[in-house]
Amino acid sequence: MSQPGLPWIFRDYQRCSGCRRCEIVCSLSHEGKIWPEASRVRVFMLVPGIEIPHLCAQCYDYPCVEACPVGALSTSKETGAVLVDREKCIACGRCIDACPGKVPYIHPRDNYAVICDLCGGDPKCVKACSEGGWNALQLVRGFVGYNSKLYAKTPEAITKELAKKLYGEELAEVI
Amino acid sequence: MRGYAGKILEVDLSTGNIKEIRIEEEILRQYIGGRGLAAKILWDRLGDRWEEIDPLGPENLLLALTGPLTGFAPGGRICISGKSPQSNGMIGSTIGGEFPVELKCAGYDGIIFTGAAEKPVYLLIKDSDVEIKDASHIWGKGARETVLTLVREARREFESRSRSRGLWKEPSMIYIGPAGERLCRVAAVTSKWAHAAGYGGYGAVMGSKKLKAVLVKGTGPLPDVFNPEGTLEYADKIVKATLKLDFFRRWGTGAAGYTVGAELSAEPVLNWQEEWHDEKSFGVDKFETFWVKRFWGDFGCAITCLKLAVIDSGPFKGAITDNPDYENQAYLGTNLGIFKPEGNIYLTALADELGFCGIQVGNLLAFAAELYQRGILTKDDLEGIELEWGNTKAFADLLRMIAERRGIGDILAEGTYRAALKISRLKSVDATAYAVTSKGIAIGAHGMRSGKDYPHYVSYSCSVQGGDHTSVAYIPLEHGSSELRAILYDSGVLCWFNFFSPEAQEHLWGLLEAVTGWKITPEEWLNVIARRILHIQRAMLLLGGPDLKWNPKVHDDVPRRWYEPLTKGPHSGKALDKSKMQEAVKEYYRVVGWDENGVPASEELKRLELDSVDKKLEQIRQSLK
Ligand code: SF4
Ligand code: SF4
Ligand code: SF4
Repeated sequence: MSQPGLPWIFRDYQRCSGCRRCEIVCSLSHEGKIWPEASRVRVFMLVPGIEIPHLCAQCYDYPCVEACPVGALSTSKETGAVLVDREKCIACGRCIDACPGKVPYIHPRDNYAVICDLCGGDPKCVKACSEGGWNALQLVRGFVGYNSKLYAKTPEAITKELAKKLYGEELAEVI
Repeated sequence: MRGYAGKILEVDLSTGNIKEIRIEEEILRQYIGGRGLAAKILWDRLGDRWEEIDPLGPENLLLALTGPLTGFAPGGRICISGKSPQSNGMIGSTIGGEFPVELKCAGYDGIIFTGAAEKPVYLLIKDSDVEIKDASHIWGKGARETVLTLVREARREFESRSRSRGLWKEPSMIYIGPAGERLCRVAAVTSKWAHAAGYGGYGAVMGSKKLKAVLVKGTGPLPDVFNPEGTLEYADKIVKATLKLDFFRRWGTGAAGYTVGAELSAEPVLNWQEEWHDEKSFGVDKFETFWVKRFWGDFGCAITCLKLAVIDSGPFKGAITDNPDYENQAYLGTNLGIFKPEGNIYLTALADELGFCGIQVGNLLAFAAELYQRGILTKDDLEGIELEWGNTKAFADLLRMIAERRGIGDILAEGTYRAALKISRLKSVDATAYAVTSKGIAIGAHGMRSGKDYPHYVSYSCSVQGGDHTSVAYIPLEHGSSELRAILYDSGVLCWFNFFSPEAQEHLWGLLEAVTGWKITPEEWLNVIARRILHIQRAMLLLGGPDLKWNPKVHDDVPRRWYEPLTKGPHSGKALDKSKMQEAVKEYYRVVGWDENGVPASEELKRLELDSVDKKLEQIRQSLK
């Protein structure tokens, strides 16, 4: 990647096939198992056909980090990713409340918040997604600042927008 | 035991009792999962009274079983089974989605439903919390409302149960539409918008149990495997091999819409009166105008051969479905004389919404239309519908009549074969001449007369799954299209399309060993495991009952229509040959281990330690003497 700047995962929801291969590789690399509910990227399908890979957008002002009462969250200088200190985290859920996209969640087995760490700058999910030619997730650089925060939206909000576009106003209404 | 969650959920809908059962490793090694395990469970529980069990009565079981490879091989699938209200035997009917993966992550390899609920219910599973819930508010509702309502409800409930854990991803679900609720024998068990376990008629079985839907959220990982590195290596090789199938990935099975019709001359046209058309409107690229997604797939899928089609204007506005895939293009398109993609997409979406299997109901609609063409059914019989070929709206109206069992719809809801018997009596004609079915099951959209498509002479006549085009009999038995291979996929439980390339197929055995730790060779599969499953299914098919029984001498055959020559296209004049068919059937009996009457031979069953099957079949052997 010749572009300068921090790595960022661009997401093009309409291209998402719902294959969940991103969940597979993410959980394999972070948990050593195929574990969709512990993947740092979670593919929401609130409406079939509208699959939303949901993951941290690295907001410029990191509301989650700010909100943490015990200082369990920090940011990586190299990648801009939010890093979770599992020992310190008390699973209070404040980061979730603070996040405009409600991205973090508490690990299904262990008591700590789960947030994408960008795989240290070499995102596995992006590889899986581009290997299959879906390109719903793409690695870009220097896409930080206000732009990236625009992607910190709830799956509900993204679903509504996309449903309106793909299925029309009427169906989007019902959702 | 590796690759398995280790428990199966058993839900008695009559009493509300819920328990967990375990299956010994030895049994799993013999029957694997999905279709194979379904055969074993059904035989053990219902085998001795098989012919008395009403498929739509509370005694029947409804099974939803995964296999050890589910979740590890690309493309999540689960096998739905039970005694079939179509064939009165047992069908392994698989359906894609995340449901099987969620189920394994919740700690279950499958679910067995027994009994029947008094009032409509749905089952909500969250790991080991399993709850039968009231479904009266969604009973009667179509796919759209059912899915949206239940997903919303379940997420709310999860969120209220555990606050501050963050957003809950939706649970995965299987459900039925109005067709299943009204016990239409052509109803499917469905998932998402357009996914269906169609063959077998299990939507009606689910309806007979008053079970509207099953939702599951599993928060654990997939079960441990025997060799984790090996599993990943093989899975990766399979994915890489599958990703090379550019054409298939790009166009999906719908690409066959022109080829099978125009080139192979093996596509149903006007209820199989022809098998040829040259409609460029069904060409490889003619549907893509309507695609809002070019790749759509289920858990782990590499091929993503589904495509999301939407119609956003005109009379068919609002229709959402997949490609449509080839089968739906054929059965709800060419077979009805509909050659406009919009009409085909619309009817497919409507069939989905009402909970029909597109193949079964498309066959049925065309059957009715031919009766109309021949004056056997009149406008009066059809409440004023003018069922002309190509009349999309008329077919849509009839679809609704069938789903509501209104008027003639009540008879048609019994499926093509049974409806043919009834209409024959009512109208004093032989309507079975126009029923293109095998063992009560509509035949998939791959004809035989031209001899150019994949089916073999014995494919439908000898299959234990009747007209199921995904499980066809074949000589030689080891052929890639053989039913014995289908049993592997349906028991694994795997997606065929992710194993389309020979390279991927090669790695299947390695994956199976890495996941389970069992060394199963292709030979053992062919000669022992698959054979056992096949014979049990054959036994159930021959036992049949209570409303219909099959006589191999009469019913191990193809529809009469296929002995009439094609009159159009490059293969005009071609037909099947009766004596050739009889010879092929005899040959199949011989190679597969059935006696000269088509009953699994005693020594073959003893070789496979299927003594109870052997004993039970004695009555059939006597009756065929
Ligand atoms: S890998 Fe890409 S296409 Fe597949 S689910 Fe993830 S984001 Fe969607
Ligand atoms: S998207 Fe959410 S988790 Fe990510 S940086 Fe922003 S607030 Fe934090
Ligand atoms: S970048 Fe890495 S940690 Fe983040 S979602 Fe992708 S695979 Fe998971």
